[in-house]
Amino acid sequence: MPRELIKGNEAVVKGAILAGCQAYFGYPITPASEIAEAAAKYFPLVGRTFIQAESEIASIQMVYGAAGGGVRVMTASSGPGISLKQEGISYCAGAELPCVIADIMRGGPGLGNIAPEQSDYHQVVKGGGHGNYRCIVLAPNSAQEMCDLTIKAFDLADQYRTPVYVVTDGYIGQMMEQVNFPTAVQHPKRHDWGVHGDDATRKNLINSIYLDPEELEEHNRKLQKKYVEIEKKEVLVDEYRTQDAELLVVGYGIISRILRTTVDLAREQGVKVGLLRPVTLWPFPAMRIQELCERVRAIQVVELSNGQMVEDVRLAVEGRKPVKFYGRMGGSVPSAQELLGVIRKL
Amino acid sequence: MTDKLDRGRLEISADECKGCGLCIVACPVQVIEFSKTVINKQGYHPAQYKGSGCTGCGTCFYACPEPGAVTVYRLAKQAQ
Amino acid sequence: MYEKHLEKPASFYPEYPRKSGNQAVTHYCPGCGHGIAHKYIAEALDDLKLTERTILISPVGCSVFAYYYFDVGNIQAAHGRAPAVATGIKRINPHSIVISYQGDGDLAAIGGDEIIHAANRGERLSVFFINNAIYGMTGGQMAPTTLVGQQTTTSPRGRNIHNEGYPIRMCELISALEAPVYVERVSLHSPGGRAKARKAIRKALENQVQGKGFSFVEILAQCPTGWKVSAPDSLKWIEEKMLPYYPVQVFRDKSAEAESWAPPDVTYSDADVLQLIELPLEDDAAPAARPKVAEQYRNPRIKIAGFGGQGVLLLGVAMAQLGMMEGYNVSWLPSYGPEMRGGTAHCHVNISDTPIGSPLVSASTVCVAFNKPSLEKFEKEMASDGLLIYNTSMIDIEPTRKDVEWLPIPASEIASQMGNIRFANMVVLGAYIQKTGLVSMETAIKGLPTFIKAKKLIGENIKALETGAAFVRGELKI
Ligand SMILES: Cc1ncc(C[n+]2csc(CCOP(=O)(O)OP(=O)(O)O)c2C)c(N)n1
Ligand code: SF4
Ligand code: SF4
Ligand code: SF4
Ligand SMILES: [Mg+2]
Repeated sequence: MPRELIKGNEAVVKGAILAGCQAYFGYPITPASEIAEAAAKYFPLVGRTFIQAESEIASIQMVYGAAGGGVRVMTASSGPGISLKQEGISYCAGAELPCVIADIMRGGPGLGNIAPEQSDYHQVVKGGGHGNYRCIVLAPNSAQEMCDLTIKAFDLADQYRTPVYVVTDGYIGQMMEQVNFPTAVQHPKRHDWGVHGDDATRKNLINSIYLDPEELEEHNRKLQKKYVEIEKKEVLVDEYRTQDAELLVVGYGIISRILRTTVDLAREQGVKVGLLRPVTLWPFPAMRIQELCERVRAIQVVELSNGQMVEDVRLAVEGRKPVKFYGRMGGSVPSAQELLGVIRKL
Repeated sequence: MTDKLDRGRLEISADECKGCGLCIVACPVQVIEFSKTVINKQGYHPAQYKGSGCTGCGTCFYACPEPGAVTVYRLAKQAQ
Repeated sequence: MYEKHLEKPASFYPEYPRKSGNQAVTHYCPGCGHGIAHKYIAEALDDLKLTERTILISPVGCSVFAYYYFDVGNIQAAHGRAPAVATGIKRINPHSIVISYQGDGDLAAIGGDEIIHAANRGERLSVFFINNAIYGMTGGQMAPTTLVGQQTTTSPRGRNIHNEGYPIRMCELISALEAPVYVERVSLHSPGGRAKARKAIRKALENQVQGKGFSFVEILAQCPTGWKVSAPDSLKWIEEKMLPYYPVQVFRDKSAEAESWAPPDVTYSDADVLQLIELPLEDDAAPAARPKVAEQYRNPRIKIAGFGGQGVLLLGVAMAQLGMMEGYNVSWLPSYGPEMRGGTAHCHVNISDTPIGSPLVSASTVCVAFNKPSLEKFEKEMASDGLLIYNTSMIDIEPTRKDVEWLPIPASEIASQMGNIRFANMVVLGAYIQKTGLVSMETAIKGLPTFIKAKKLIGENIKALETGAAFVRGELKI
């Protein structure tokens, strides 16, 4: 198995190529630029398309066009660019086009800064664009997962004909770790609902417009059915020392890595803490949180934001146990020690 | 009327016509008019061929916005 | 006796099954220019035998439902984005004929950026731009092409140059770019104008068939509804109002000399792909026995800091790379962004027997300071009994921490004597390896080419490693 010390952002690109991604359309932004740069380097080498678009608006629309051709395709950005992509993502969801969008989150609102934050949770998990849609959201916390979950993102996108995000923070994007890459190169068949520019697919139509209220409602009901199925089947969660936990900490991305160390530190002091990390931010592991909620005294959520995911934890817990929130913003990342202090107060 | 055959003939599909009149103003020999009696499915007085004088030039075809409203015929070679 | 000469082109559906209501006719108003442009496109597709491989991008505007009519592959796009969508589909279907069909609001206002850049990239597309000087679909608001003085629902007193500026001439703009191959403005106002329009549409498609780059045809088209005139009068309106401002002419025609181009159609074996994306299959298995490491140097949490340009980040990558090769779990996390450009840089490295939780190093067990500010800033946060390596060439003070082990080294001077001050980081790496034995010198030499990309510098970097090690052994006199 080829292994490499590699940045998370670059692992996304190699994973995408192995997954059979045919085209990358992007626009540079820190801290996601290595994705565009690695795509610019590797995609053309293996006969795939790379375009640096004029904007994020255009790049996601190029994704829409290429996805309409029934092939695997992706883009990547960070907060300000993801805001611009929301238009196209809504269209992709409406037209049921599979695609992968990587979001390497930075500080906001506005231009904010380029340091790591997790403040795009609302815009990626809650829809972001207009309309009744959902996107699957995968949240890697290591370079290995940047590769693995990118590949998984393409599989899920195809399976459900829906946009899938790979969302993480600047640190996981910038960090180098060992990645064991798969050796299989996927050759996904072009979808036969796509427009290939041939006689066989001539009658196909890619669109999201349904003028008739009944038709649009029916289309929306079909989408919701798909989302229910995804919620049932695709929840992914990662747990650490939760078996006997009396306190539960919840975090994703870089925070889940720091919390893992905090859990060890707390346990050294005799505090029984366990970590739950949502790997899918949508579908959200609400059921699992409900189960654990029965056994723990309190739940501490930590995010690099003003408290966005915590809303979903609270919805899951339904007031049965106290849910506390600790957030850092602007690129300040708490140390494991700092979070130990937070837990000790529970 | 001479007994010489017209070089062209025009057919207008009444139900596809929207009565815009663009064919009428386009025809160089003015052989198209609005029907005064027919009201089509869409509620328009459709354009109609006056019945003779068409040269088969096609000007009306290229002036008409409806894909199938106008069909232009030309006298077959052997008939000339 | 009579033969059909001109009839509904076959590239149209016989009926329009996607359309609700009367499926025999278009949804356009009587006399609308869109229907005429559609007819010319369909006719050209028939004649050039392109129907099977054509993909039409429908815009947002009155022609949002163009896909009702054309029996080709169809994609409906967001407002203004048709050229980007067309780019996406054309790039993955280079053999197809892709048409971006757009109105003036769509192309010249909200989609101004997309059209300019598709043109500038020389996308192999045929763009048909329906300029009717108004937003037809939304009920007659001002368009970027609305004429000065023209009344619309959002310019009720007439377009005023002081408030709305002048109408945009898109052909003139597009033909200011280098890439476009063919740019022409035509008009539907007269039989002669319409004949030219048919020819231009055909040419734009032929260019694409021949792989000749970006073709742009602006069609001055009537919107009797928006202009509030009868269909026959709308033709006069074009002639009297539009033609003086929008000259009908060829702005660019490099069709003959433009190079025919299509992306090379090469297939790559899986082995090629792995090779090309630098995922070598051979597994450099972890060495059988790792060197024995003294307790205090195990599982180091390393912080490395200095000026940007001192090789701080690279030293961290090197440590992580060598740790990985020795079979440890490793992580490397940089300070990233503008601070790297000229300012200070630091990175966090973990090398561990067990999976790494937090990659952030707060209580470092190894601190490497390349300059004075770094020493002052980072020695404070070290764990007791840690190892503090500092570059005495640039630090003229002593550390304040007495509870950590000091390893002072004149790394910059050693490197400079070797002929390149930039080797200071490898001198430090050699010293660290010698001091801790965390990785072997053999592994370091074997691993060097993964982080020193310039082949010709490898020999000298190995020498720097060895010199750093010799310094720690006390064999180096400086
Ligand atoms: C993002 C967005 N903004 C606004 C609209 C509303 N809208 C629909 S069509 C249109 C104008 C179309 O005008 P034009 O491109 O000139 O086409 P025409 O109808 O004149 O052919 C507008 C503003 C929209 N659909 N999407
Ligand atoms: S074909 Fe020519 S002559 Fe005949 S009706 Fe049409 S425009 Fe008139
Ligand atoms: S141009 Fe076409 S739609 Fe208009 S009146 Fe003539 S036949 Fe009818
Ligand atoms: S509003 Fe204007 S552009 Fe739209 S269909 Fe009617 S005439 Fe055509
Ligand atoms: Mg318009």
